[in-house]
Amino acid sequence: MIEFDRVAKRFPDGTEAVREITLTVPSRRTTVLVGSSGSGKTTLLRMVNRMVEPSSGQVRIDDEDVATLNPVTLRRRIGYVLQGGGLLPHRRVLDNIVTVLRLNGVRRRSAEERGLELMDTVGLDRALARRYPGQLSGGQQQRVGVARALAVDPNILLMDEPFGAVDPIVRTDLQNELLRLQSTLDKTVLFVTHDIEEAFILGDQVVILKPGGVIAQQGTPAEILADPADDFVATFIGAERGQRALRVEDHNGTQVVVDGRGRPAGVLAEGVPRQ
Amino acid sequence: MNLFREAFAWLFAPEQQVGADAVLVRLGEHLLYTAIAVVISAVIAIPIGYWIGHTGRGKQVAVACSGAARALPSLGLLTILTLLVGVGDAVLAATVVFVVLGVPAVLAGAYAGVESVDPDVVDAARAMGMTEWQILLRVEAPIGLGLLLGGLRSATLQIVATAVLAAYVGLGGLGIYIIRGIAIRAYEQMLGGALVIVVLALVLDGVFALATWLITRARRTPVRPGDLGGPGPAETAAGTAQDQTSRSPAAATEGSS
Repeated sequence: MIEFDRVAKRFPDGTEAVREITLTVPSRRTTVLVGSSGSGKTTLLRMVNRMVEPSSGQVRIDDEDVATLNPVTLRRRIGYVLQGGGLLPHRRVLDNIVTVLRLNGVRRRSAEERGLELMDTVGLDRALARRYPGQLSGGQQQRVGVARALAVDPNILLMDEPFGAVDPIVRTDLQNELLRLQSTLDKTVLFVTHDIEEAFILGDQVVILKPGGVIAQQGTPAEILADPADDFVATFIGAERGQRALRVEDHNGTQVVVDGRGRPAGVLAEGVPRQ
Repeated sequence: MNLFREAFAWLFAPEQQVGADAVLVRLGEHLLYTAIAVVISAVIAIPIGYWIGHTGRGKQVAVACSGAARALPSLGLLTILTLLVGVGDAVLAATVVFVVLGVPAVLAGAYAGVESVDPDVVDAARAMGMTEWQILLRVEAPIGLGLLLGGLRSATLQIVATAVLAAYVGLGGLGIYIIRGIAIRAYEQMLGGALVIVVLALVLDGVFALATWLITRARRTPVRPGDLGGPGPAETAAGTAQDQTSRSPAAATEGSS
């Protein structure tokens, strides 16, 4: 469990990135921080592994104040995935994945064995192990980034707009893959995005942030859709444009679901939803 | 062309192959001064350059000092320093002059190399739990190696060209043929010495070019079909039409087994 206790961040130039946020990120669940740029979502995420120090307040992991922990040891037990992967361009894919294991003194042989298993886990062909990151597609690089973050089997996974730089098809793919991974791995995932659709797809809990680092609303996707806290949230999730108000129309016996503007969103399936 | 013929004749004459004034001996001296100066420049400039590149601090000061050092006339500096330390310590004076010449180039190469690293890569390395030393030595230094080599290359070339001045304060080196040649108007000797210096500079430049080529080639090699490994049944069936990113993990595991 990660707790933000009245944390605030004011940068030296006077910008207030985060204003007194209190938030609990439950264990083994995916919490998505969503907001436009300047909402402090990345700042908040980076406080967890001390890449950013809060100006005031406390961040606790399982009741332990992170400010009392050595940043390097702290970071080595937290997985971190960022946009574009942030892979080391001069090291091969496998070496990238096992970087932290090697830093922790794991022998090359066993580290590489673990690295290859992780490539299977994230859906990367083992044949790519000896390539350099520059030789992979954006989606593949992102998978390497996820594998690297999982290498030390961390309890916490921080993901900073990890799928922001890939095309929509690959993005959907990676989102599904993350859901599949999360269903087996049960990590505490803190995920940052500016895409509300992505937030609703991935998040057990969604936290919508307003510019200036204030929480606008938090809850499950269904709770937020059912009852947007204010106009900001309504606009942000597209409710006021009618995108979220769906109704059913009958077309020759088939129930077609349309949005507020009458654009079809799908058909109404009968019985139990397929999984 | 006559002069060139005379220069070559002088260069390969038996008198030039033996004794303390042999071309090879002078070449050795020249190389030694160059090597000492390059090594000292590197020892001074690389740590400072890495520090500037890693912290992003002190760059203005470094650029200003480098500019000033480059503007110093080497001959004038050598004369003053030799007079200061005495002719007996001319080696010291000459080395200082060459180092002053070499430091700015190495410094620029070192910090440019570190600065060239994508900030996201450094950020990711730090977030993974690398210490600042590990970031510098395992990420910034190797990625910036090409630019550092470029700096060492230009420092070496400038020093090897300027090491001619060693002869001016009685230290020998290949410059002796030029300085002595001027005094006694022996043009074939001047040209012969100059040619050896040119060849030496070209060879050193070639060595650096080769080293740079080797380290860049070791990375980002273009993909050869053989690197893909033998395609398994799952891959041949589905992998050809599909992008690898969209391939299911099951297929990927089967394919590589």
